[in-house]
Amino acid sequence: MKIIIIGDGKIGSILAEQLSGENHEVTLIDRAGDPLEQSNNLFDVMVVEGDGMAHAVQKEAGVESADLVIACTGADETNLLCCLIAKKLGAKNTIARVREHKYVEELSLIKDDLGLSMTINPESMCATEMARVLRIPSAIKVDTFARGQVEILKLPVTEGSVLDGMALMELGKLRAKVLVCAVERGENEVYIPTGTFRLQAGDHISLVATPVEAIRFFRQTGIPRSRVRQSLIVGGGRIAFYLAKQLLSAGMDVKIIESDGSRCEDLSELLPEATVIHGDGTDQQLLREEGIEHMDAVVSLTGIDEENIIISLYAARATNAKVITKINRSSYEDIIDDLELGSVFYPRKICADNVVRYVRAMQASNAYASMETLCKISGGKVEALEFRVTKEAAYCGVPLQDLSLRKNFLIGCISRSGKPITPRGSDTIEVGDSVIVVTTHSGIATLDDIFEKK
Amino acid sequence: MNYRMIAYLSGVIILIEATFMLLPALVALIYGEASGWCFLITILAAGAAGFLLTLLRPKKRDMYAREGFVITALAWIVISLIGAAPFTMSGQIPSYLDAVFEMVSGFTTTGSSVVPNVEVLDRCMNFWRCLSHWLGGMGILVFMLAIVNLGGGQSNHLLRAESPGPTVSKMVPNMRKSAAILYSIYVGMTLLQIMLLLLGGMPLFDSLCHSFATAGTGGFGVKAASIGYYDSYYLQGVIAVFMVLFGVNFNAYYFLLMRKWRNALHITEVRTYFGIIAVSTLLITANITGLLGSVYDALHHAFFAVSSIMTTTGFATVDFNQWPGLSRLILVMLMIVGACAGSTGGGVKVSRMVIVFKTAAFEVRKLLHPASVKVLTVDGKRVSRETIQGVQSYLVVYFAITVISILLVSLDGYDLVTTVTAVEATLNNIGPGLEMVGPAGNYSMFSPLSKIVLTMDMLLGRLELFPLLIMLMPSTWRKH
Repeated sequence: MKIIIIGDGKIGSILAEQLSGENHEVTLIDRAGDPLEQSNNLFDVMVVEGDGMAHAVQKEAGVESADLVIACTGADETNLLCCLIAKKLGAKNTIARVREHKYVEELSLIKDDLGLSMTINPESMCATEMARVLRIPSAIKVDTFARGQVEILKLPVTEGSVLDGMALMELGKLRAKVLVCAVERGENEVYIPTGTFRLQAGDHISLVATPVEAIRFFRQTGIPRSRVRQSLIVGGGRIAFYLAKQLLSAGMDVKIIESDGSRCEDLSELLPEATVIHGDGTDQQLLREEGIEHMDAVVSLTGIDEENIIISLYAARATNAKVITKINRSSYEDIIDDLELGSVFYPRKICADNVVRYVRAMQASNAYASMETLCKISGGKVEALEFRVTKEAAYCGVPLQDLSLRKNFLIGCISRSGKPITPRGSDTIEVGDSVIVVTTHSGIATLDDIFEKK
Repeated sequence: MNYRMIAYLSGVIILIEATFMLLPALVALIYGEASGWCFLITILAAGAAGFLLTLLRPKKRDMYAREGFVITALAWIVISLIGAAPFTMSGQIPSYLDAVFEMVSGFTTTGSSVVPNVEVLDRCMNFWRCLSHWLGGMGILVFMLAIVNLGGGQSNHLLRAESPGPTVSKMVPNMRKSAAILYSIYVGMTLLQIMLLLLGGMPLFDSLCHSFATAGTGGFGVKAASIGYYDSYYLQGVIAVFMVLFGVNFNAYYFLLMRKWRNALHITEVRTYFGIIAVSTLLITANITGLLGSVYDALHHAFFAVSSIMTTTGFATVDFNQWPGLSRLILVMLMIVGACAGSTGGGVKVSRMVIVFKTAAFEVRKLLHPASVKVLTVDGKRVSRETIQGVQSYLVVYFAITVISILLVSLDGYDLVTTVTAVEATLNNIGPGLEMVGPAGNYSMFSPLSKIVLTMDMLLGRLELFPLLIMLMPSTWRKH
């Protein structure tokens, strides 16, 4: 597909990297030459220097024949205008990054008028994922499928747990319907396990389950499942705002520490139920004073990665709280993974994943099945995809044991008229089902791809 | 430095060259020439070596600017060394140094020859000489980029190192597609020329060879009298026009294919290029009309000489060494200017000249209005300070190399014009110079040292100085 990205910043460059990596024809537009030069050297993209709002520049980038234009400059207004112009010039789809709270509210009013296919709000996307993890604090990461009826949870296997040394076929005796769909071992190994696979302490397992079954599984395996009641957010930026809003509506207590006075006032106006503290979040004294020891969750969301790392390291040592760390730069991932930082979130990546998912769905939806969701689990090495079967295809009505699935593919769940089914050999795929597929292959476009070619 | 990646890509390039060498072997088979065996032996040896190198799968595929430059420089040296083997093996060019000179001259599309009479060479040898022009013209690495998927955007470093011009722009976002488009245009135009030559009654073998040599703006021919052998203004005209066409920035053709007529017609560089050709042709015509008798003849030969020299091809219809001083001086100046960036031609490139002269004009105006601010634009687009500086330092290095080369070659004790034009003709990838190295002469009389210097000049000129210089710098190979 021909994709034009306007704005070669943090989001723009990661989108260029991922989309060009999936063999799309990507053209980057930016006003500054230096970042473009760098992107040109690193990725297989074409670059155009100029103002993305100018129609001459858009034309030079070939907007008339573009399948998708993504505007992700720093300013919402610019992005909206870019998309409006692109649409008028003949771009098929447009995506704008809109992150100001005030515009997010009115967007539903004007989205159709602007012809936008989608808006991305990296901060809100990130906050949603964080909130999901805080709902199930034992999990490192939670993704939802089939409108929230199915979840994929990532958990660590701890020393002395029932799971340590257990083969997956023995999971059945736990009387909880879960399916382990991926296991991460050590730094680089990722498995799509079979029944004989034996778990070890230190593994990170991803399991497919309904929320109810997940709780039952926790109870059976003795994994703590206490709810988060008290949460502390350090840093009062946009993510903090969206996160606090979601946590408050879920009935949690939220305390926010922010160093900028006027921002504190804004926050307290927008979030009357939250406790807003004006102070330096890296100040150990202040953290203790605000009762960090008694918190169920500590979320580090300042604008500086190093500060977040320090705060999280301290919180992990001083408390039993669930720790969440936001990291902006993704260049030292392997080192960060070794640190005790709890769940680490990269807002750029979450945002890029969302766009990539949209792009895949755009081209993937063939006549028989449309892609609904795509999640990257296990550090991007494993993908979980949700397809909706819309029309009778060759694989419909055939028992799964008679369909030859390709290597490293696994059907995690079939959701039929709102009821999730953990698939067995005798189950079938029918029209109207949502099928969740887990795989180590990247770039799966259609449901046909998961079966062995005859 | 990623040595395994360098070895791997060199292996791929050697395999590509070995594949192309099957063509001269086929020619030998058709004409029953025994020297075809030399090609087969070389193909087998190079194929084996290339295959072994490609077995060295690189652990990581990281490539940065330095790898890009080193691979480019190394690849060009290696393909020349391999391509020269059949000449020496068959005894047609007994000295290996001479054979390497001939081959570098082929791949760099120079067209300077050490062979006094090319007509005594076997047909398969002549075919390989001309085919090397065709391969070198658009670039063997660009060819590799078109067929091998390197993944990632790091192959941009290769494109930049091999493509002529101050800046490189892809035509479409995908590297492989860009390279494929370039080669499609190239192949298409070559086929068209072959057809037009055949229509004019040129034998098939000669048409193929001359079209390859024209497309690469090389200049090797199969006749001692070059294009002057064909006593047909039609054939000479076709070659002259195609030389001019292959000297045009290929972006213009892409715009034409995309039906963006305005863009194609408004490229400053291409307009300047045609302007220089027109003015030079008229001046030389006026200058040589007395010598040749009729204005029509003068115009024909002047146009042929101008397009041949300006595009750095180096074909000749008449011995322009016999022309008056003004005409010869104009030709020497055209040698330095060269063709457009992004074409198959050599020289300093018209776009660099445009930038340098515009900068100079600005500086002069700035003396009058010291506080004035003016941004240099070409085709309505701002030229960055880095590009201007890059062009200026290019020219400085260019003249430094010219001077050093002239000093070294002058040790042989030939006259000034021969020495200077020999260096200019090789560094700018033209082929013939003036006096002893003129269209009627050749390079065989130079000493081995001079031949080495001129060989280096050809490579420096084709790769635009920097890749080779960077490869020769010790700090490139040091481990940081």
